[in-house]
Amino acid sequence: MKDTTNRQPKTMEKSAPKKGISRRRFFKYMGTGIATYFVWTDYLASESLFRDQKSLAYPDPDQLSSWIHVSETGAITVYTGKVEVGQNIRTSLTQVVAEELFVPISAINLVMGDTQLTPYDRGTYGSLTTPQMAPVLRKAAASLREILLQEARKEWKLGEVELTLEKGTVQHPGNGKKLGYGSLAKAKHLLQPIDENVQTIHPDNWKVSGTSVRKINGEDFITGRHRYVSDRVLPNMVYGKVLRPPVYGAKLLRVDTSSAAELPGVQVVKEGDFIGVTAKNSRTAAMALAMIEAEWEKSPQVPGNQLFEHLEKSAGNTDPVPAAVSDAFDNGSIKVAHDFKVSYIAHVPLEPRAGLARWTGDQLEVWTGTQRPFGVQEELENTFSIPKEKIRVYMPDTGSGYGGKHTGEAGIEAAKLAKATGLPVKVNWTREEEFKWAYFRPAGLIRVKAAVHGNRISSWEFHNYNSGGAGISSPYSGQNKYQEYHRSDSPLRQGSYRALASTANIFAMESIINDLAKMAGTDPMQFRLNNLEDDRLKSVIKAAGQSFNWNRDKSKSSHGFGMACAAVKGGFVATFAEVAVDPDSRELKILSAVTAFECGAVLNPRHLESQITGCVLQGLGGALFESVEFNEGNVSNAFLSSYRVPRFKDVPEMKVILVNRKDLPSSGAGEAPIVCIAPAIRNAIDDAVGVKLYDLPMLPSGVVPRS
Amino acid sequence: MGNVPLASLSWKGSLYFSIELFKLIDIHGNPKNIMKVSVNNKEYTVEVDGNPSLLEVLREQLDLTGTKYGCGEAACGACRVLVNGTPTPSCITPVTSIQGKQVLTIEGLETDGKLHPVQQVFLEEDVFQCSYCAPGMVMTAVALVENNKGMGEQEIIDGMNGNICRCCTYPAIVKALHKLTQKETKG
Repeated sequence: MKDTTNRQPKTMEKSAPKKGISRRRFFKYMGTGIATYFVWTDYLASESLFRDQKSLAYPDPDQLSSWIHVSETGAITVYTGKVEVGQNIRTSLTQVVAEELFVPISAINLVMGDTQLTPYDRGTYGSLTTPQMAPVLRKAAASLREILLQEARKEWKLGEVELTLEKGTVQHPGNGKKLGYGSLAKAKHLLQPIDENVQTIHPDNWKVSGTSVRKINGEDFITGRHRYVSDRVLPNMVYGKVLRPPVYGAKLLRVDTSSAAELPGVQVVKEGDFIGVTAKNSRTAAMALAMIEAEWEKSPQVPGNQLFEHLEKSAGNTDPVPAAVSDAFDNGSIKVAHDFKVSYIAHVPLEPRAGLARWTGDQLEVWTGTQRPFGVQEELENTFSIPKEKIRVYMPDTGSGYGGKHTGEAGIEAAKLAKATGLPVKVNWTREEEFKWAYFRPAGLIRVKAAVHGNRISSWEFHNYNSGGAGISSPYSGQNKYQEYHRSDSPLRQGSYRALASTANIFAMESIINDLAKMAGTDPMQFRLNNLEDDRLKSVIKAAGQSFNWNRDKSKSSHGFGMACAAVKGGFVATFAEVAVDPDSRELKILSAVTAFECGAVLNPRHLESQITGCVLQGLGGALFESVEFNEGNVSNAFLSSYRVPRFKDVPEMKVILVNRKDLPSSGAGEAPIVCIAPAIRNAIDDAVGVKLYDLPMLPSGVVPRS
Repeated sequence: MGNVPLASLSWKGSLYFSIELFKLIDIHGNPKNIMKVSVNNKEYTVEVDGNPSLLEVLREQLDLTGTKYGCGEAACGACRVLVNGTPTPSCITPVTSIQGKQVLTIEGLETDGKLHPVQQVFLEEDVFQCSYCAPGMVMTAVALVENNKGMGEQEIIDGMNGNICRCCTYPAIVKALHKLTQKETKG
């Protein structure tokens, strides 16, 4: 079997010099302050697989060299702990560096999420890459550029003259001579911290950032050449499978693995409750797993039909609602009070969890698709009680996450099996395992009471049980607000998801706002503009409303218009939807969805549009039909044939409007645009047939009930 | 503008070798069932004990990992390959059932180092995000455009509906394929 783990993007193979100082050695020197500046990289060689324990734990984030390196030949390597799961940040971050260094995109190799090589990173979540990582890399690249310019001036014995940069060279102002970055970097002796005050290129002058650079290595993906973790192979590798309980919370009483162990090439691993098998192919491993006889003791689990009562009952003591808020509600001229219920939903990343592990002596390498490679490194540290320095986690570009891959289950399982068998092991989860043994977006109960007095929102009381506090703060003006997130006991394992609880909270909020506006006899868009203060939010409402042509007449009485808006994670979003409800069958059809989004200065318009479209359409699933069905600790729809996700035929006419604010810092876009589609559809259904829906998913059957 | 030819995907004529299982004795003296398969115009000998799926054979025996596992029940399209030109879910296809048939996977799509027009248009239009669905999308689309030149958007949507993209890049995929089919018509 050949080793497919170390295949690097083509640019890497071409540009990385074969010899040089190892990065490990470099960081050792760094501690004593005598490091050379142009360090290189034999990090693919086995001797530098692991960090020297005397060296720094991780590359120092204040040091330029931790983020960016120029080789003697001028090859530029950039390091970030962020990871690529389809957001296309490999592209947007590369654009940022290319911009500041005046080099083509292809000159840069971006190393991502490798715990050995990149500075520590908490994880790729929360829409933080663009607002936090991009500025760091931009400053690092600009700092490097200034150093290179200084070196060139020194070399040519020039004063503070302006020099031109082009394609990785500095050009002499008089004689047209050129110096390559590689030769300039070589001349550098001192390690430099990032210059926090370095001048970066103003967005008005961007030539690379702000343009639709295509996905980096796009051809590798389109040809099937890219190796996701689930595709990777190591010499002598075997395939692993792990025994799962029949339901959540079941305890292993007895297990007989003797017949499984008789299969050719099968090894059984038993460590307490951890039972696994390995075999030379996945089929034999699955067969061996099926031959294990296990007896389990079930524990009481929450019945699926009592979920929301359970979430409310299990919430801790709550603070009393301030009297001013309840008094204002009592005195309101228009009042609404309602509960909203939001189901658990699954992320369903198309690549299920996968982990590949290899032990070399007491040192461990793990390849796994995770949004938190450094978190997985810590999980492995705890699992095996070995120091972090002996654990290297690699995160090759992965088949999506959507907040669902913050953990490292498959990697840890592979590492356990690899340790026990002494062979490299790959564990690829099945779709059923991904549904049942990963985690879900939390279910939630949301209780809202709100009142309007004199066309203004006068009281706002909002409780979220279990699903989370994200997006709970109302952007609407008004004095008497009370918003609280109550922690509950979740019957199912739950965790992060695109935009977290914002989807649930904004659904409830924007539904109530719609209902208040209608009761007040005010146009819902105008009502929002009247009660909002944030100009950025108002401008996306206006942009989407104008494009949607909100004030037009409906072509048919069975059609309805609805809208919603939100400010989430630094992004401002408004979605307008048109729906049709068939007068006879009551079948719902989403006709169109127009979304305007503003996240400061746009880094890559094409990829931003793709993120917005992806959010809206993924949000459509949770809005209309996605729901995890469970009872007594068993998920009953843990398959793609029974858990419905959006498909081609579910796509309405889509329009995306990018509001580009070059005067504002860029923020992330992978989450915020998901939150408005559900309430926009809900309000459009209300507009069409006067039926108000309060639960997500709204219409698993696709049929609108009669009132 | 010249006509962009699509790769020829229909294999006319019948089987060119008859299908049998061969018995081999491995180094431990155990009998082993093997079979010949034709993948990407190459003939391979593969092990068929336990009746593995075509997907497993492609990925684990032939190291053709471009074809992906997505659901294991033919519900997502990630594992689609062309068997005699027809999009086929390799996850539920026993390898023994492709005896004498021609299998085309994503790895076999390029001709003379040139991308297939479907790959080319997906690349030009920069459609994908995580791209894990891409090989299955490409294979389904290759058969679709080959058989339905000049088709409109609705036909593309109908033809592609069995493939899931969880990043929901659907509109970009439709736009790209529509661009390609319109180009084909204009010739």
